[in-house]
Amino acid sequence: MAEMIKGNHAISEAAIRYGARLYAGYPITPSTEIMEYLSWRMPEVGGTFVQAESELAGINMVIGGAACGVRSFTASSGPGISLKQEGITQLYDEELAAVIINVVRYGNGIGTLYTAQCDYLRETRGGGNGDYRAIVLCPESIQEAVELVGLAFDLADKYRTVAVLMTEGALGQMMEPCTLPDFIETKRAPWGFDGKYSYKKVGIFDRDSMKEAVLMNEKHNAIKANEQRWEDENLEDADYVFVAFGLPGRSTKGAVKKLQEEGNKVGFIRPITAWPFPEEAFKKINPNVKGLITVEANATGQLVEDVALTVKKVLRADIPVYSLPYVYGIPAMKTIKADYKKIVDGEIKEVF
Amino acid sequence: MAKARKIPKIIEKPSSFCPGCGHGIAIRLIAECLEELGQDENIIFGIGVGCSSLLGGVLETDRLHCLHGRASAVCTGMKRVSPENIVISYQGDGDAYSIGLSETTNAAYRNENITVITVNNTNFGMTGGQMSSTTLQGQKTTTSPNGRDCSITGSPIKFPELVAQQFNVAYVARGSVTSPAKINKLKGYIKNALEAQINGEGYSVVEILSPCPTNWGMTPLQAFEKIDNEIVKEFPIGEFKKREGK
Repeated sequence: MAEMIKGNHAISEAAIRYGARLYAGYPITPSTEIMEYLSWRMPEVGGTFVQAESELAGINMVIGGAACGVRSFTASSGPGISLKQEGITQLYDEELAAVIINVVRYGNGIGTLYTAQCDYLRETRGGGNGDYRAIVLCPESIQEAVELVGLAFDLADKYRTVAVLMTEGALGQMMEPCTLPDFIETKRAPWGFDGKYSYKKVGIFDRDSMKEAVLMNEKHNAIKANEQRWEDENLEDADYVFVAFGLPGRSTKGAVKKLQEEGNKVGFIRPITAWPFPEEAFKKINPNVKGLITVEANATGQLVEDVALTVKKVLRADIPVYSLPYVYGIPAMKTIKADYKKIVDGEIKEVF
Repeated sequence: MAKARKIPKIIEKPSSFCPGCGHGIAIRLIAECLEELGQDENIIFGIGVGCSSLLGGVLETDRLHCLHGRASAVCTGMKRVSPENIVISYQGDGDAYSIGLSETTNAAYRNENITVITVNNTNFGMTGGQMSSTTLQGQKTTTSPNGRDCSITGSPIKFPELVAQQFNVAYVARGSVTSPAKINKLKGYIKNALEAQINGEGYSVVEILSPCPTNWGMTPLQAFEKIDNEIVKEFPIGEFKKREGK
C-alpha cells in the first residue's frame, strides 16, 4: 500500500531494504534527512552508520565498507559531492561497487539551497580525475527514486562500479505516496576482503594501464549496450521532441500533453539513465523532425550537449537543437509551453 | 646458538625500499607479530600513499591502497563492517599527519578499534624529501633548503603525545629501529597495539622513527646516529598510553 513519505526518507529506507549496510556521510542541505534517518534505522538492521568528520572521510569509509563487499553508500549535495570526487574515482579504479546519492542543489562554490540539475555534466563525465564514467540514474518521482536505489545497487554490483542516484533538492524534500520494496537477503560480494586474501589482486606496482584501458572501454560499452533506460512518447510523429529528466522532465511531460491537446505535434524523451545516455530512444524519432528541445534546471544548458551529440550520432542530420535552461527550480508547464511557442516562432535560437 | 629467524608466511617478496630505510624492519615486525598472534590469515591493511605504499609489494594479504591521507577513514569502514578482522593502517608521517591529519585524528577521537602504524622519517620520502609536519627545526629539505624555520612553518607535530593526552584510546607508543634492542622493544609495542585491537580495547597507534638516508643525504649509519642523537630528543620513544591492567 502506498504511504505518504518524504523523498529523502524513502531513499534511505529503500537502501536498507535493498541490502545497504554501511552509510557514512556529513550533513548538508538538502540531503541531510538521509543521514538523520539512517542514524537510527541502520543500527536497527545491524548495519553501520558513521557520522563522518568530513565528506572526504565519509566517502573513504564507504570505500572501506565496499572493499569488504558490503553494500555501502553515502549522500550529499553541492560542494559536498565535489569533496567526494577523489573517493568516487578511487571506488571506480578499485572496481568497488558503491552508490552515491546526489540531492542536487543549485550553484557554483558554496552554492544555494535551490533545487536544480546543475551537476549534470559533472555526474555524467565521471567528476574526479581520470577517464571513468559512473552510472547515473535520475528519478522524476519518489516512487521512481525508490526503485532506482535498488537498480543502483544492482548495477553497481553487476559491473563493479559506482552508481549515482542524481536526484533533486525538491524531490528530497517533498512528500508523495510511495510503495516501498520488500527486504532482500543481504550478502557480501564474493570479492570482498575477508582477511584471508581469498580474492587475489594485482599489486599496485604490477598494474598494466594499457590492458586496463581495454577492459575499461569494454565495461563502458557493455553498460551502454545493456543499461539505457528512458521513457518516451510520440517520437515517430513529432515535429519537435522535448528531452528532459527528473522533476523538470515530469513538468515537460505535462507540457507536452497540453501542447498535443492544442494540436501541436510534439513528443518527449525522459532519460532515466543520464549515463549511459539513452541513445536508443533517438532511433524512434521522426526523420523529418524540426527540432529537439531540452528543458533543464541549470544556467548554461548541459543536457543539450548530449542531445546534440546523439542527434549527430543517431539521426545523422543537421537538426536544430534548442535549450531552455531555467536556472533552478521546476519550470511550470505554462512556462515551457510559452517558450515552445517562442522556439517555433524563431524568437529563441538553437544552441547547436 | 642463534636460531635462524623464520620469514613470516605473508611476506611474499623482498621489499624495494632504499638501502638503510626503516620501512622494511617495520613491515617485518608487523608480519612477525601477526603470525605470532595467529592473525596472519585474518588481516586487512589500509595502505598510505608515499613510501608506505611499497608495503603492497611485500605482503600477500588483503590490502587496499588508500587515497593520500585517508587510510584511517578507510580502515574505519573496514573494521565497522568486519569487526572480526584485524585492520591496520600503514602510513608515513606526511600521509598521516599532514594531508591526513583530520582522518588520523578523528579515528583516534572516535576510539575506532583499529591499529595505526605511522613511519616517521621527518620528511615526504617518496616525492624526494620535502618538509613534513615532523621535520625538525633547522632540518634541510627540498622545500626548506635553508633549514626548517618553525617560527613560520609550525613546530614538529607529536601525534602520539596528542592522542595519549587528549583522547580516550587504548594504546599509544613510539619506537625506533636503530638497534636490535630498540627493534625488540618496538616489536613489543606493535604486539601490544594488535592485542588491544584483538581484545576490542579500542584505538592503538605506534609511531616508528625511521631513517631516510636517501633524502637526508647520509649513509645508513649516519642516519641511525641522527635518530639516536637528535630525533629522539624531539620525539622520545616509549609508551605514552599503556593498556589497562598491563
